[in-house]
Amino acid sequence: MRIEVHGTVQGVGFRPFVYRLATGLGLRGEVHNAGGHVVVRAAGPAVAVDEFLTRLTGEAPGQSAVDRVVVTRESGSPDGSDATRGRFTIRASTDERSGPRELPPDLATCDACLRELFDPADRRFRYPFLNCTGCGPRATIVGDLPYDRARTAMRGFPMCGPCAAEYRDPANRRFHAEPTACPDCGPRLRWSTDRVADALAAAEAVIAAGGLVAVKGIGGYQLVCAADAHETVQRLRTAKHRPRKPFAVMVRDLAVARTLGDVGPHAESALRSTARPIVLVPRHPGAPVAGAVAPGLAELGVFLPYSPLHHLLLTDLDRPLVVTSGNRTDEPIAITDDHADAVLGPFVDGILFHERPIWSRYDDSVVRVVAEHPRVLRRARGHSPAPMPLPASAPAPLLAVGAQLKNTVTLGIGGRAVTGPHLGDLSDVGTLAAFEESIAALSGLHAVTPEVVAHDLHPGYLSTQHARRWWSARDRIGVQHHHAHVAATAAEHGVAGPFLGLAYDGFGLGDDGTLWGGELLLCDYTRYRRLARFATAPLPGGEAAVRGPARMALGYLFGAENRLPDHVTEDHGLLARLGDRQVTLVRRMIEADVNCPRASSAGRLFDAVAALLGLCDEATYEGEAAVLLEAAAARGGPSTPLRWRLGRRAGLWVYDPAPTLVDVITADGPVETVARRFHRTVTEVSVAMVTECARQTGVRTVCLGGGVFQNQLLAGELTTALAGQDLEVHLGALVPVNDGGVSYGQAAVAAATLREG
Amino acid sequence: LGHGSGGQLMAELLRDVITPALGGSGVLEDAAVVSVGSTQIVFSTDGFVVTPRFFPGGDIGSLAVNGTINDIAMRGADPVALSLAYLLEEGLPVAELRRITTSVAAAAGAAGVPVVTGDTKVVERGGVDGVYVTTTGIGVRAPGVDPSATRCRPGDVVLVSGPIAAHGMAVLSAREDLGFDSGIRSDSRPLHRLVCTMLHTAGAAVHALRDPTRGGVASALNELAEASGVSVELDETALPVARQVAAACEILGVDPLHVANEGCLIAMVAPESADRVLAAMRRRPEGAAACAVGRVGDGPAGRVTVRTLVGSTRVLDMLVGEQLPRIC
Ligand SMILES: [Fe+3]
Ligand SMILES: [Mg+2]
Ligand SMILES: [Zn+2]
Ligand SMILES: [Zn+2]
Repeated sequence: MRIEVHGTVQGVGFRPFVYRLATGLGLRGEVHNAGGHVVVRAAGPAVAVDEFLTRLTGEAPGQSAVDRVVVTRESGSPDGSDATRGRFTIRASTDERSGPRELPPDLATCDACLRELFDPADRRFRYPFLNCTGCGPRATIVGDLPYDRARTAMRGFPMCGPCAAEYRDPANRRFHAEPTACPDCGPRLRWSTDRVADALAAAEAVIAAGGLVAVKGIGGYQLVCAADAHETVQRLRTAKHRPRKPFAVMVRDLAVARTLGDVGPHAESALRSTARPIVLVPRHPGAPVAGAVAPGLAELGVFLPYSPLHHLLLTDLDRPLVVTSGNRTDEPIAITDDHADAVLGPFVDGILFHERPIWSRYDDSVVRVVAEHPRVLRRARGHSPAPMPLPASAPAPLLAVGAQLKNTVTLGIGGRAVTGPHLGDLSDVGTLAAFEESIAALSGLHAVTPEVVAHDLHPGYLSTQHARRWWSARDRIGVQHHHAHVAATAAEHGVAGPFLGLAYDGFGLGDDGTLWGGELLLCDYTRYRRLARFATAPLPGGEAAVRGPARMALGYLFGAENRLPDHVTEDHGLLARLGDRQVTLVRRMIEADVNCPRASSAGRLFDAVAALLGLCDEATYEGEAAVLLEAAAARGGPSTPLRWRLGRRAGLWVYDPAPTLVDVITADGPVETVARRFHRTVTEVSVAMVTECARQTGVRTVCLGGGVFQNQLLAGELTTALAGQDLEVHLGALVPVNDGGVSYGQAAVAAATLREG
Repeated sequence: LGHGSGGQLMAELLRDVITPALGGSGVLEDAAVVSVGSTQIVFSTDGFVVTPRFFPGGDIGSLAVNGTINDIAMRGADPVALSLAYLLEEGLPVAELRRITTSVAAAAGAAGVPVVTGDTKVVERGGVDGVYVTTTGIGVRAPGVDPSATRCRPGDVVLVSGPIAAHGMAVLSAREDLGFDSGIRSDSRPLHRLVCTMLHTAGAAVHALRDPTRGGVASALNELAEASGVSVELDETALPVARQVAAACEILGVDPLHVANEGCLIAMVAPESADRVLAAMRRRPEGAAACAVGRVGDGPAGRVTVRTLVGSTRVLDMLVGEQLPRIC
């Protein structure tokens, strides 16, 4: 009997599991890794073989995911060699290049390893690099597949006798644990200032004294300081050029997490998942965290230790720590010691190095509970590169190069999509290099050469430019930005038929050369038709209007598709704040249409309202105004909507926000209430738009996509309301609704397009 | 329309449509070199369309003269003579034509390059917008001199002859009546004497010259980097931009590196000669504010980056059509 097991089956203790199962059932044969899958040859009594097959999928290790089992009958001995007859063995990997290959994500330290870490009697007591087949680094240390120690960053650490014995012992938890190590043979820590005996103690002393330390982590360097050290956090902000974007806080355990914020059941399951992402939770007013950690926000990003080193730091220091990626804003995280030394060294009080190289860069993943479900907002360590399904199997390997910001790249291989980790803003030269490396690394690991490239329609995205530079027109498939957004949601949830795609976004380029961003599209995976949109407004100064929500507000005041009455535009606090000169110039720009592209954007409307309410005139990070508006609304409590109008124009439903904006400007009551009422308004108008289009088309499946749906309040209320209209509603969960999910959506569209021919 | 702003779409139009049809090499230079016997003739032509036709610091007439002189100068030649062709819309006031022509004569006189031949056509109303001016020029180049877009080498120092972005902002401000504080004037002027000085100082060490007109310094550098197969890194802190120009750019949300110039040049100079060339440039009025702004590198071919004020390094690409925001 030859059994091929496909899915996430390498690097997760699958072969030892097969070994134990087979020997327990008295079967003869062997198991080995081949390419990206596992091959089992087994012989024995028919009952035992049957039971083996049942339990093979039913009892597979927790970290594995079996997609497909192919069983073929073989005559003769299960293993050609007489020497192994009568036994079951684990064989060395063969390097078969056929069949899909799969690379498992990194896994948080398991409970068994954790017990050893803090057991003074264990030989790995306080050893920062212990792991087993159930936990440890994977994607970050793999250079090539199949997954074997010789092809990982651990190849430079020959195992000592005891480690090698564990590695060879099929009954041991570390049987074929590729990165296994111990204090005698594995990597060690090193403190930046010379040879101190205890590098960890040195780093901890600095942090305890209120200092700032760079720590080499799993997927990159991290910057660490005490979460209540206000001035140090402020120093970190200056050094990273990150004035207000919130930092994440790592806590020892769930109990401490609960002292910082309100950890509901969904947040708890996300916090405890093996990906150990940063999870946004509502913050307790008295949380012992410096104000500079998350200024002005109602939420705090919290996460649990995921490597032995993190466990040691958190246990020893026993206080919440700011743990943030080791980079300057928009640059890739440092992964090499030299780079960390050069970039982080100048502003930290010390660096905790270690000897295990990081071969692939993985930032921490970020999750938020939206609409009663944990949703990945940044898909990186622990999640990527686990494969996701494609709605139509790609007839040829394809590459999707994603958007400009929050860039990711996706490979389409047969029915699977493999999305690399979050990369960031491609206009940073280091990130652009990481983008190119990511494409090469993903293709290399999966042993495919993409034959087709899918890209955005925006000619200025550096991802689009990459596609145009290296691929001929024949092999390129342009995918509209919002089609990609909603196709990503549909593909993740296995939506088969046509669906309504509601895309609320900052903006992306439409197929008519204008900027879109508040769209309702009737879709399948290959086509779409625009049914409804938000009314347009100019972006005075283009990108300057995105960085300046106050400018965006002027865009709506003086240039909205349906003009606002003069009495509300002439006398507003915003105009006084900005000053006559700037207002006059921006107004003139709008009238003369100088660098004022128009967009039908939902995200920009949120920005404008935030500015009109005095919450944010200048954004220091992407989405800041919307985040502050939502935070205000969350404090506001349920309320009635503001006025809105849904009209018809050129065959489309158009949401005209002019009456809404008039109310935003003139409504009495606290800002929080108005912010809440605005959210309610967008929910209502969206429901009206969707139900009208559902009635018109008979399509009752709705897929939400676009960065605006990171908004818990909006997405929560809207999904509930739509479900109440008897519609089937989907929202990205494993795939970010923001531009991080665009490459996956592009891959879904491209695969379907190719299949259709 | 997007093809006209001198950015990436224009580059594609030239690459995909115009150059192949004419059997060209694909490398875009400001002017062509033609050998006649042992003499190297540099030859260039340019059409001028600008609204408004009169703006602070110049007009379409002086622009047409200086523009072609500069294109010839960028190949290291001394301009000898110009031709001038008008395409006039029926109904254009004669006084305006007279004013433009006077300006042509004055610019040619100041540059010392005579207009020796020409042509005038009148088309019906709506056929053109007022007046289009085409100038063609020839120049002669000394042996041994060959600044070319293909000759940038890693290590070369990037020099710029003066403050950037003034021309584009002056025209825009005049056209749209944006009400900026006055004082933003086009930098339109001839650069052939400056080039002569530079070549006299360093000869073949001046690897490449470019006048960053439409598409600005960003497009010019991208073209040079592409043609030479090199990368370029600029230092934002070193870029000369006049205060009022920078303020206007900020209000309008445009990058000064993408704004057109008509009176400054970019030079790629071998590192050992850069200081001497810079000193020589500064002795001339049109090069008084010259400075070093970056370096040619051996990174990915065609990649231009800017080291920003805060120390990050951003990719600087050509304008894509009308400036469309990219951030989501
Ligand atoms: Fe988007
Ligand atoms: Mg020219
Ligand atoms: Zn473990
Ligand atoms: Zn060992």
